[in-house]
Amino acid sequence: MEVRQISVFLENKAGRLAKVTRLLGDNGINIRALSIADTTDFGILRMIVNDPERAERLLREAGFAVTTTGVLAVEVPDRPGGLAEVLEVLERAGLNIEYLYAFVEKASPDALVLIRVEDLPKAVRVLTEAGVSVLPGKRVYAL
Amino acid sequence: MYWDQATETMSREQLEELQARRLSALVGRVGAVVPFYRERLAARGIHPSDVHRLDDLRHLPFTTKKDLRDNYPYGLFAVGLREVVRVHASSGTTGKPTVVGYTHHDLETWQDLMARALTAVGVTRDSVVQVAYGYGLFTGGLGVHYGAERIGASVIPISGGNTKRQVMLAQDFGTTCLACTPSYALTIAETMAEMGVEPKDLKLRQGVFGAEPWTNAMRREIETKLGLQAYDIYGLSEIIGPGVAIECEAKTGLHVFEDHFLVEVIDPETGEPLPYGEKGELVFTTLTKEALPLIRYRTGDISVLHAERCACGRVFVRMEKVKGRTDDMLIIRGVNVFPSQVEAVLLELGETEPHYQLVVDRTGTLDEVEVWVEVPPGFPMDEVRRLEELERRVRGAIESVLGISVRVKLVEPHTIPRSEGKAKRIVDRRELYENN
Repeated sequence: MEVRQISVFLENKAGRLAKVTRLLGDNGINIRALSIADTTDFGILRMIVNDPERAERLLREAGFAVTTTGVLAVEVPDRPGGLAEVLEVLERAGLNIEYLYAFVEKASPDALVLIRVEDLPKAVRVLTEAGVSVLPGKRVYAL
Repeated sequence: MYWDQATETMSREQLEELQARRLSALVGRVGAVVPFYRERLAARGIHPSDVHRLDDLRHLPFTTKKDLRDNYPYGLFAVGLREVVRVHASSGTTGKPTVVGYTHHDLETWQDLMARALTAVGVTRDSVVQVAYGYGLFTGGLGVHYGAERIGASVIPISGGNTKRQVMLAQDFGTTCLACTPSYALTIAETMAEMGVEPKDLKLRQGVFGAEPWTNAMRREIETKLGLQAYDIYGLSEIIGPGVAIECEAKTGLHVFEDHFLVEVIDPETGEPLPYGEKGELVFTTLTKEALPLIRYRTGDISVLHAERCACGRVFVRMEKVKGRTDDMLIIRGVNVFPSQVEAVLLELGETEPHYQLVVDRTGTLDEVEVWVEVPPGFPMDEVRRLEELERRVRGAIESVLGISVRVKLVEPHTIPRSEGKAKRIVDRRELYENN
């Protein structure tokens, strides 16, 4: 059920982010969602793209430090408290959230959120049992 | 002022006769008891009992830091550990330090030479000497300490750090002589200013500053801000520690205590001895050391020797302030750092590529080192935490070997130049040497 997320290490200097996005764009790869975590020295660009395998290869060949990680694409009711309900399910199961960020596009009337936890299979199980929809990777890449 | 007037003002002929006698005894002894020297001498066809004249020196083999490393820890000692009463250590070129040992007699010699050095700059038994060099494996603290005690001065063994306390004690205890690295002297001066303490509130008369290079511009700044006379002291643990050479009150170069240390300047490329007045690498032969006698030890320090008699009347030649290095050694807050140590640590740790870049800067008066290391291409770095943990591990490993604090900066893969000569590995933004 997991979605492959691409993470790229970027030094905090001008033009690095532009270089990554240009490289992907020139190779016909579409970025579906992204987030950046940054410190004083560096940033981590996390992305969901339509072709993670090829994106990873392209970035690596271009000399970037790249890694892929499994994350969950979770549909969240698009109303006040919607996200809180989902997070409470994970909290009750003792699952810590490392980070999360949102999709701009939607697959349905619900909002789509990407969540990273250590134990993905357990998270899928508890979310499904609680009636929360977790989208498989291939649906997410095609959005 | 002299500590040992008869020795310090003897004639050049007398001195050279003494040196020749000591050199002959030294070569005879190391040739007999140190396998390393026995082999080196034999390889050059020199019989240990054949060396009698100072001119013979040029035929003797050199000793390098690498030789000390290859014989780590005690391989070059000329006495058994039973005779060794003290061990010190300095930076090596890899993960292992350079170890030096002293017999009881060596410590007495060292104390005497430090007493000689401190007396040359005006320290007496009425002085109060604040030793703000580090105590421990580093020779600076204990070296100055015992020399000042030998004179009968009152010693404050405060060691380095805690700068406000340094100022407070200097004021309350009536410190007259401050001994530390020149950059730390400036840190103390800055802290004094912040605390509203002026030079006239203190009794400082002289400062004995060494363990790192400094310029005459820095000397003027220190003298003005601390209200003292600032003197350069030179030494290295391999030879004995501080007390190999000291400036006298004329401040026209550092007198090398040649009755114990034969000094040469050589062309670092060819190894040929250079005449007085020419710039090259300083090489010392320890004439009287018992535990770790060294023949023609190459220091890597660049300087010039002058033989004209000094106004102070001392017979000893003077070396100019150290003008640079033949290798890529850095001196950070008085601590010697070899970039190859960083490489050794990274290889040992094995978590990153062994490529690195060192960026050294002096912000205010303090040296700061940034070590740039590449993130491994496939490192699982989707979380900041993991990268910060990597940074912490690399920093901890480097600090434990270098003995100084550093900042580690992770950079993108393949952005650090590969083996294109050592110069690229280091960016040193400090101005440490006179421009000449």
